[in-house]
Amino acid sequence: MEKVNIRHSISKRLLLLLAVFLSFSQLNYSQDDGGSSLGDPAKGKELFNSQCAACHKPYARSTGPALHGITEKRDIDWLYRWIRNSAEMIAAGDADAIAIFEEYNETPMTAFPQLSDQDINDILAYVEQPKPEPPVAAAGEAAAGAGAGAGVSTNIIMAALTFVLLLLVIILVLVNKTLTRFAEASGVELPEEEARKPLWKAFAENQFLVLSSSVILLLVGAYFAYGYLMQVGVDQGYQPVQPIHFSHKIHAGDNGIDCKYCHSSARVSKTSGIPSLNVCMNCHKSVSEVAPETATEEYSKEFYDGQIAKLYEATGWDPTTQSYSGEEKPVKWVRVHNLPDFAYFNHSQHVTVAGVDCQKCHGPVEEMEILEQYAPLTMGWCIECHRETNVKMEGNEYYEKIHEELSKKYGVEKLTAAQMGALECGKCHY
Amino acid sequence: MGMKTIKIAVALIAATLSVGCFNKDSRNYEFFPDMYESVGYETYGEYEAFGNGQQAQIPVEGTIARGWKPYAYPNTTEGFAQAKEELKNPLPYTEDNLNKGKELYTIYCAICHGDKGDGKGNLVKREKILGIPSYDDMGRAITEGGVYHVSYYGLNTMGSYAAQTNEEERWQITHYVMDLKAQLEGKPKRAFETKASLKEQKEIISEVTVQENPVTTTH
Repeated sequence: MEKVNIRHSISKRLLLLLAVFLSFSQLNYSQDDGGSSLGDPAKGKELFNSQCAACHKPYARSTGPALHGITEKRDIDWLYRWIRNSAEMIAAGDADAIAIFEEYNETPMTAFPQLSDQDINDILAYVEQPKPEPPVAAAGEAAAGAGAGAGVSTNIIMAALTFVLLLLVIILVLVNKTLTRFAEASGVELPEEEARKPLWKAFAENQFLVLSSSVILLLVGAYFAYGYLMQVGVDQGYQPVQPIHFSHKIHAGDNGIDCKYCHSSARVSKTSGIPSLNVCMNCHKSVSEVAPETATEEYSKEFYDGQIAKLYEATGWDPTTQSYSGEEKPVKWVRVHNLPDFAYFNHSQHVTVAGVDCQKCHGPVEEMEILEQYAPLTMGWCIECHRETNVKMEGNEYYEKIHEELSKKYGVEKLTAAQMGALECGKCHY
Repeated sequence: MGMKTIKIAVALIAATLSVGCFNKDSRNYEFFPDMYESVGYETYGEYEAFGNGQQAQIPVEGTIARGWKPYAYPNTTEGFAQAKEELKNPLPYTEDNLNKGKELYTIYCAICHGDKGDGKGNLVKREKILGIPSYDDMGRAITEGGVYHVSYYGLNTMGSYAAQTNEEERWQITHYVMDLKAQLEGKPKRAFETKASLKEQKEIISEVTVQENPVTTTH
């Protein structure tokens, strides 16, 4: 116990030392910059995130340069002028301005005439804050500890249960033995078992039992055989391992990106489309790593970051220089949903014309960490939906005339897809 | 004894058949697969007939895919400035076009730019992507031509949306973006123009491109 206490106090002292050191370094820092010239980093963060972060990161190169350390490199008045209108400075022939413009592929910086001196001071105060140390190690340890704890506790419970059961068995045997001994001692005669006919012989001689059990057996057999035959060619639950672990849960679920953002051709064509990697890069140009809170017990932050690195490798994107190398390696995704060749299916008819939710056929994709086939995609499954679903008429003049005629014919107000001809063989098989 | 053994055997076989076939990593087997597998090339299929083995091909250089027309302005700073200055939305400002634009905007743009165009989409709120400007940003002063140009090529961190939308759809989105800008600036709503028929609208789109681009006329 004492040892632990000592260690505890040592770590406490270390922590205190660190805190003191940090506060001193911060003090030194603000003194270096003249203190009053820099503004409020909290306000600066807000401004930075809304105005600058599209092209700048504090500690890494993005479209524009990393901004940490900029106040040491440039004069504050130069920065005011540059931020408010960099194009003017370049036109006026400022050597520094031209140099930076050329270094960053002649990409002009948007002018920000609306920012006041104080606003710019706040932003600079924010970017000049020392880079925060990632609390990854501590969090990881804690998570590991929690995981181990859960494992140990279930193991203990299982062991205890096994022990109790064993104890019960032993007690039973002992009690039985003692009772038999008692019976022998007190002269009670135990009834001896007669040699009976074996059970299977009795069963075989009883014709009714044989008949009924074989009928049951046949029925059960037929049931299983039918079930077995019906699942041939059905891939419900198919969940292949993809070359890049893409989590629909993070993208469609947590971030709420529309399905059609990536599967854009589902709106207008037969196939829903596997997005080409440029669509991934629309966001992942700026999202090069996941946030620490994205990591789960099963998948760590390192794992997810590794998946983004795979995307960068496939597209030839170099995040340090923010440019494409031109060396591309196509990703061989594994197709999950695949209808047999003899069935025709068109996404745009269902998505755009009928306005069916993607989840109706694909299930709760926004909750799937690994995508799986949710529906059986059998003909019976298609037919069932066509029988139940009404034709969507809103904003669709195309169906107006036929709908009016057919609804009169069937004497209904709203036609189902089936009544509109969606059960005709030739609609899907030709 | 025999009956029992048979019974157990049948039960075991049934159990293995119903459980054993279920493997999440691989597809189930098919009955008469020649009716399942396509003779023609399937979307995203792998075929030796193509140079890189992929069915998904990009258009051959110098050709134009049906319904896909070249864009006159180059992806340069000058091209952007020029498009911003002179390019105008060829589609009439009708309710249909605006509604379609809103629908597409919600899918492709709102996730970053926000439903109101104020730069506060879901990804921004969750601090995944930062620095999305509001459409009424003074330094940028967006115009119809500029919006179209940027959605076609992308700009800085924003990617190109030419792969996900077609020309007509981008112009519809542009109508909606300009509408959002007017709302943010507190300007009065623009009056709708007379409705163009679907056929007329297709003609507008094709005419505009033919005039603007010499490539299409030489073909």
